[in-house]
Amino acid sequence: MPSPGTERDGRIFRHRLSTRLWHWINAVAVIVLLMSGLTISNAHPRLYWGHYGANFDAAWLTLPRFPGWATIPTGYNLALAREWHFAFAWVFAFGLLFFMLRALMNGHFRRDIALGVKDVAPSHLWQDVKRHLRLNFETPGGGYNLLQKITYSLVLFVLLPLLILTGLTLSPGMNAVLPWLIDLFGGRQSARSIHFICAGGMALFIAVHLVLVVLAGPINEVRSMITGWFRVKGEQS
Amino acid sequence: MILTRRNLLLTAGAGLVTGCDTLGQNPTFREVLKLGEKGNFAIQRSLQQRSALAREFDRTQISPIFRVNGTHVPAGEAYAQHTAEKFVNWRLRVEGLVNRPLAVSPAQLQQMPKRTQITRHDCVEGWSAIGEWTGAPLKLLLDAAGLKPQARYLVFHCADRMGTGEMYYESIDLIDALHPQTILAWALNGQALSVGHGAPVRLRVERQLGYKHAKYVERIEAVADLTTIRGGKGGYWEDGSGYQWYAGI
Repeated sequence: MPSPGTERDGRIFRHRLSTRLWHWINAVAVIVLLMSGLTISNAHPRLYWGHYGANFDAAWLTLPRFPGWATIPTGYNLALAREWHFAFAWVFAFGLLFFMLRALMNGHFRRDIALGVKDVAPSHLWQDVKRHLRLNFETPGGGYNLLQKITYSLVLFVLLPLLILTGLTLSPGMNAVLPWLIDLFGGRQSARSIHFICAGGMALFIAVHLVLVVLAGPINEVRSMITGWFRVKGEQS
Repeated sequence: MILTRRNLLLTAGAGLVTGCDTLGQNPTFREVLKLGEKGNFAIQRSLQQRSALAREFDRTQISPIFRVNGTHVPAGEAYAQHTAEKFVNWRLRVEGLVNRPLAVSPAQLQQMPKRTQITRHDCVEGWSAIGEWTGAPLKLLLDAAGLKPQARYLVFHCADRMGTGEMYYESIDLIDALHPQTILAWALNGQALSVGHGAPVRLRVERQLGYKHAKYVERIEAVADLTTIRGGKGGYWEDGSGYQWYAGI
């Protein structure tokens, strides 16, 4: 097994097996969670802040009814949507745990994701934004560019953990086990709102991620997430 | 059909979505999905101390309006008669696998030691309402009736019929039945329980979702096994719509 950064015949080994495995398992889990979550949203599409919130209380946001093609299952069936959601929540949570432990152990976080204070200086950020606008996503070493590192850090260390913690806070059974979670988020209905906001953030991430994969060369990008090998520019496939 | 890229994408998209529906209807896959729910039950029960309490709030946190859900007024002359008589002839029976079957009037229930708790009611649909409930701990009633050793679940038979015409019922295990916050409530926010909220008596089982909190309770039956009761899944929503029996999440 080559180590990341290894170059051979104009190709660079980019993603370890654990990363590739988690990427695809997590992709399936997140999509199922989002789509079954839309069915759950349809059950009561109003969002509140605080401990309580029901029809007679003021909602800060009322979501539209999501159409059948976007939901799991396609017809309204809350009981079945909950089954999908809870089954894939296990895949999602333990997948993330497995990936995080592996990434800590094999240095993936430190080498590829970690950001220094100097990295996020405004001048660096501006340079990277300009490169993105020119659709130039390559970095000299073949690693992630700055905006990529910031985005992956936000998703890995903010959005995904928040989704798990706010999801647990929605459970009255878990409230009895971990009552501090209710206080952390300021109430069950606040936790539900944050859960929805983070889910929206994930949907946005997926959309931008897919657009950038297409712009950066979909075959090379998708192949590198399957085989691990990324073709370096100049040797287009 | 001519295979254009557009058609291909549409077919693939539709296939993905209907594929999930097909999977969701497959009994084997359904069993796999249910592992998530079973895992939740197992892990929550193993993490929860038996008497770990649901959060209790103070009076300032009570919902201005506690919405009525499910049955608003039970249909039928029998219940109307009880309402007219202010429930003096209502009897809450405790029977099944007990040594001393009981029949308790609302007045007797109210004379028992009471517990008052301000708790959050969470509907499976997602909303929450906070109210102050007063009632008799279920444990006291069970102690009086004397559970037989074979008893493992309590079934709550109710006086209301739901949309499908079936009588409402629910069930809980002994861990929840003996929990200090599990009460047979007869008051909400200091007032006698209204018809909409389940007069004269409803169950409060605070570590689970709203549909477990049976209203208009007439009969509590101690049983060894839920599969022989009604549809066999332990409750109206469980039998009719596939809702999870353990509603701790």
